[in-house]
Amino acid sequence: MDTQEKLLEMEHITKKFPGVVALRDVQFALRRGEIHALLGENGAGKSTLIKVLTGVFERDGGDIFLEGRAVSPQSPQAAQNMGISTVYQEVNLCPNLSVAENVYIGREPGSAGRIDWKTINRKAAELLSRFDLHIDVTQNLDRYSVAVQQMVAIARAVDISAKVLILDEPTSSLTAVEVRKLFEIMRMLKARGMGIIFVTHFLDQVYEVSDTITVLRGGEYVCSSPTAELPKMQLVARMIGKEYEDLESRPSSSLADRGKRDLFLRLQGAASAQISHVDIDIQKGEVLGFSGLLGSGRSEIARLIFGVDPIVTGGLEIGGRKTAVKEPITAMRAGIGFCPENRKSEGIVGELSVRENIMLALQAKQGMLRAMSRRQSEKLADEYIEALSIKTPSREQSIHNLSGGNQQKVILARWLATAPDLLMLDEPTRGIDIGTKAEIQKLVTKLAGEGMSLVFISSEVDEMVRCCGRMVILRDKKLVGELTGEEISEDMIVKYMAGGEQFEPKTETIQ
Amino acid sequence: MSQKLRQFSKNQIFWPLMVLLAILLANGIVSGGSFFEMRIVDGHLYGRLIDILRNGSKLMVLAIGITMALATGGTDISVGSVMAISGAVACSIVDGRLLPGASGNVAVAVVLALLAGVLCGLWNGVLIAKVKIQPIVATMILMVAGRGIAQLITEGKIVTINSDAYYFINGGYILGLPFPLFIVAFAFVLVMLFTRKTAFGLFIEAIGVNSVSSRFTGIKVDRIKLMIYTFSGLMAAVAGLIESAGIKGADCNNAGLLIELDAILSVAIGGTSLFGGRFSIPASVIGALIIQSISTSVLAMGVAPEVTLVVKSLIVVVICLVQSKKFKETIAGKFSRRAVKEA
Repeated sequence: MDTQEKLLEMEHITKKFPGVVALRDVQFALRRGEIHALLGENGAGKSTLIKVLTGVFERDGGDIFLEGRAVSPQSPQAAQNMGISTVYQEVNLCPNLSVAENVYIGREPGSAGRIDWKTINRKAAELLSRFDLHIDVTQNLDRYSVAVQQMVAIARAVDISAKVLILDEPTSSLTAVEVRKLFEIMRMLKARGMGIIFVTHFLDQVYEVSDTITVLRGGEYVCSSPTAELPKMQLVARMIGKEYEDLESRPSSSLADRGKRDLFLRLQGAASAQISHVDIDIQKGEVLGFSGLLGSGRSEIARLIFGVDPIVTGGLEIGGRKTAVKEPITAMRAGIGFCPENRKSEGIVGELSVRENIMLALQAKQGMLRAMSRRQSEKLADEYIEALSIKTPSREQSIHNLSGGNQQKVILARWLATAPDLLMLDEPTRGIDIGTKAEIQKLVTKLAGEGMSLVFISSEVDEMVRCCGRMVILRDKKLVGELTGEEISEDMIVKYMAGGEQFEPKTETIQ
Repeated sequence: MSQKLRQFSKNQIFWPLMVLLAILLANGIVSGGSFFEMRIVDGHLYGRLIDILRNGSKLMVLAIGITMALATGGTDISVGSVMAISGAVACSIVDGRLLPGASGNVAVAVVLALLAGVLCGLWNGVLIAKVKIQPIVATMILMVAGRGIAQLITEGKIVTINSDAYYFINGGYILGLPFPLFIVAFAFVLVMLFTRKTAFGLFIEAIGVNSVSSRFTGIKVDRIKLMIYTFSGLMAAVAGLIESAGIKGADCNNAGLLIELDAILSVAIGGTSLFGGRFSIPASVIGALIIQSISTSVLAMGVAPEVTLVVKSLIVVVICLVQSKKFKETIAGKFSRRAVKEA
């Protein structure tokens, strides 16, 4: 590689946290006009490396060269001024400011304390239209979908004339169409000579868009190679240190044994403020999938069953008995558990320890006055840390210090501890490495085998196909189809999700 | 030994305790030791330290009540007004202008005053938990209206009373120690048992860190908030009783005026984040004692009353600096580097 071409070089990067070495002698090099995929399991050190590069963390050792000059950004702001911009997985913008304000926040045009709103709005609209995003820039950002917000974040980052653009899991909340658009933008930026670091868990996307791959594992540099020269099987093997066949094997029990089962839960004509007239039966010991695009109503059904959104009309029967679920605790007492979609804002209780996070739901179910003793809760935590192989320095570690996959496992442990009859998992594998993903998928099948009912919601169609024994498909807050057993295929699901004449909702198909 | 010490130094209570000791020590040095003198007169303990404990009892009681509200990320700025209401109710009953049938009956007066506090707290709780008004706005309603209510009870007058039984609440002694200390101890033990022996404390912290997640785990967030604000009202009523017994009457305009700020400051000095989350009642109690000893020592050192507040605020700045995580890390870093060199 010619040194002239090298835009960014990181050498011998080391970063220690109390009790853990997060990065050990890691190297990374990015050329101009290159899309460079940074891969690794959760906890491999990708996020830490990014944070060292952008000045969020101070590194303990190593050098960073930007265009041949040694740099040490002390803050994300400083990094941005050097030309290193980042778009994070969770959109880091201000939801209650307008789109235009978000694009120009911190660098508003105008003079002497006066902000030139006209220019801001015009330039923001121009900028976004270059990204094929024609929206009203004076509206608040939270009026728009996560996908749009992400595009705005990217547009903002690019507009700050970045030399290096870091995309940290940009695609995890995007639909296929939006992903394609994002890739177009990435290629456009690449053609302009920008270097793009692309962090993702979707290997197909890596092969579709990236030029080079760097793999990290356990905080160490594993390899770097042009994408074309690294077959997928080898890549996976490098990432996790196992063979891919191990993961690819489809859990057989999910398809077997499709006889008559007992009914556990029945929703009849149920409606909340978010979704209208849903009929769904959930049987004992089945994995029922809710498929659909973001916003199709798949999460809303789960929230309705769990009492997060109150039922306005219609009925809910659990175990044959009519049940009024007004709040989550009522649903929990009826034997239901729910891992919500937004792990950070609805799942984890950040500052509390792993132990406390695990015990919380069981404690709430038991009631406030029947407190678990310290020893009981420690035993419970240790049990699940081992059973789900949660990687944490200790059970007293704050949960927000854990990687996303391990946080998710803690949430799973929280619900398994309550021994639910029905466990609803909304996007349990989002933003999680394939190793953990496979573990969670296997766990789902295993739990169903033990007689637990599960509701599985995921944006990844192949995962849905792999896990679900039965599936309902939603579009625009309506049930549009149901697939069982062998009928379930990516092809069918996509057809129903996309819609078409023969896939329009018919009342008799939905039961 | 040093292992235990190091562990204790990480406890939330460590720094507030060090600050308190430093203030007391400074007082002792400046006063040439007379600060620590204790005398026993008629079997009662007298001395500066006892003064601090007795005068600080109101603030300690308030801090115990308000800590949990702050730990959920809320606040309660109505406690000063609730103190005025409680004092007004109690004194008006003892005086006989309210419920003439129970005139002079201290027990009835105390019970009804506490009940008034509970009602005030419940009102705050309903506004916050059910109506979903922001805590600072919700409690501001009672902060403003409360003094008016107290004035209505006393018919706009300063009620002075003559009842040794009522005076006992502030001035009495049991086993040589001032009675208010027993009130503080009782409230403290009660709250410690309730937060540690039930899951109440855990739920409060969970709500303070992330109330949405807490709701998703089945915690009845609204009910817990209701309990917290009701309890804060009760504690304010207790403080109101101590205050009015101390001045031997109810002065609705001045009872507990601005004391809510000292109460919040006590909790902050105790190291409980005002954003909610981890909390420590003992640390808040020490925080209250720190504020009280600053007030006492500023007076004792003969600082002119005009600059008392300035001195107090300067000391608070220093305390906040000592509490700051970054500051502590810097200091700790220096220490550990030295330790490495020595080894």
